[in-house]
Amino acid sequence: MSQRTFNWRHMPGGRSLMTGLLLFLYAPLAILVIYAFNSSRIVTVWGGFSTRWFQLVLDNPDIRRTAYTSIVVAIAATILATTFAVAAVLALERGKLPGLRGTAEGLIALPLVVPEIVVAITTLVFFSAIGLKLGAGNLIVAHTVFCIPFALLPMRARLRDMGQSAENAARDLYASEWRVFRRITFPLLGPAIASGAMLAFVTSLDDFIISMMVSDAGTTTLPVYVYGMMRVGVTPEVNAVSAILLGVSLLLVMAALLLTGRKPAAH
Amino acid sequence: MNRLRSLLLLAPSMLTIGIFMAVPMLVALAYSFMTSSPYGGVQMPFSVGAYVQMLYDEDFDGVQVFTPDYLMIILRSVVLAGLTTLACLAVAFPAAWFIVCRPPRQRQLLLFLVSLPFWINTLIRTYCWVLLLRDEGLINHLFEGAGAIDEPLPLLYNDGAILLGLIYTFLPFMVLPIYSTLERVDHRLIEAAYDLYASRRLVFRRILWPLARPGVAAGALLVFAPALGSFLAPDLLGGGRKLLIGSLIQLEFTSGRNWPFGSAIAVLVSAAVLIAMLVQARRGRSAAELAA
Repeated sequence: MSQRTFNWRHMPGGRSLMTGLLLFLYAPLAILVIYAFNSSRIVTVWGGFSTRWFQLVLDNPDIRRTAYTSIVVAIAATILATTFAVAAVLALERGKLPGLRGTAEGLIALPLVVPEIVVAITTLVFFSAIGLKLGAGNLIVAHTVFCIPFALLPMRARLRDMGQSAENAARDLYASEWRVFRRITFPLLGPAIASGAMLAFVTSLDDFIISMMVSDAGTTTLPVYVYGMMRVGVTPEVNAVSAILLGVSLLLVMAALLLTGRKPAAH
Repeated sequence: MNRLRSLLLLAPSMLTIGIFMAVPMLVALAYSFMTSSPYGGVQMPFSVGAYVQMLYDEDFDGVQVFTPDYLMIILRSVVLAGLTTLACLAVAFPAAWFIVCRPPRQRQLLLFLVSLPFWINTLIRTYCWVLLLRDEGLINHLFEGAGAIDEPLPLLYNDGAILLGLIYTFLPFMVLPIYSTLERVDHRLIEAAYDLYASRRLVFRRILWPLARPGVAAGALLVFAPALGSFLAPDLLGGGRKLLIGSLIQLEFTSGRNWPFGSAIAVLVSAAVLIAMLVQARRGRSAAELAA
């Protein structure tokens, strides 16, 4: 029977819609990267392939200094947020929290739903109210807060997917809770922890609005500095430094998502 | 795991988010009821002045006059965020359904590609559109090269550019929650409907849409809330000349130096978002959970 059967899975125009959507999402990024390699000072006029803007950007002392701040803050916030998230995810997925689960989940989701500008100014107000002046420490605290839910996402998905049979088997064999964690849960959760840490790192590295409000002159982060450059105008340097940031985020996130090999948990 | 141990494990996250996010929001709530100090910051006495200021302005004689300036900023933000949500929904629903209908391997790849931009710096994603839309930008350049126009089209620094930037930024937030509800739709329902001669439109209206409603609601919240408070798109693509809520809040805390007023607007935005979140949580799965 070669008769073409009706297939409800076939969606007329679906393929072009998807192609259009992906073009819409990626073409502007591709154009930015192409411009970054343009040797001409006039951004829109192609003057041949060149990496000289990257060289210039990497030699810029301000960019180096702010990039250093960004990386230090991101590493510290990632370590704190990931550690907290590992503990929290065990409690949420394996613990007993009668009557508290709703509050806990709501609180953890808070940084995801409250608009960033609100988080930024409330943090600023709070830090100035309690007189917290730790320099980069202020940024680390603020970043840890919004990194926790991102670090938690892949771990939570992993704990749900893997079920509890291995853990229960270990318990049946008289393993202590600590031993179950160390020998079963932790190794199985490992890739998800790494993935969560990378997502937290990217989220911290990319943050702009909260850093803009919380950082002071001495603790400017790279995105805040780049924003200052953008305000001045479109220059090849801005394109190059943006392309670098774009590349770093892409690499880290791809690694994070490949590690868990699961449907990417965005937001 | 016993209750005490669970609580101890949960404590670091709860305390961090509680102290450095929930408490600051309460502080902002308190500040919104105070008076602005001439040096920036706030002072007592308790006052609802900040909220009154949204609608009324004092004229030279000290009489409160209705001034819709701030109301217009709020309305404009709500309209732009609403349009962003609708546009994202219009694209994301068919796109999500298309992904659901693909073979599993392709599904993974497409989901990956759609969600990847979410993790890229919003600053850079917004800046890309400056490169495309400005007077010397790629689009004007191409049109001029083709001889279609003499003068560059004013593509940047208007509401259209802001809207485009917002859609670009938040589109992935809409696709994923809708996808995760559509993925769970029982295929037998769809087959049964087609067997009974339902049209595509009817299948959409009677099966897909009702079953995807929680995903649509979650996606709408995830798009609308950040779009409402967005700062970068109005700033870089709108030129920062016409204010939106996000830039207004930022302004009041920096050069405006009116913390109570800035707090009052932030309180309004947060209240709107949190109420929407609570309504959804009561109806079923939370937005954050659906998107994960």
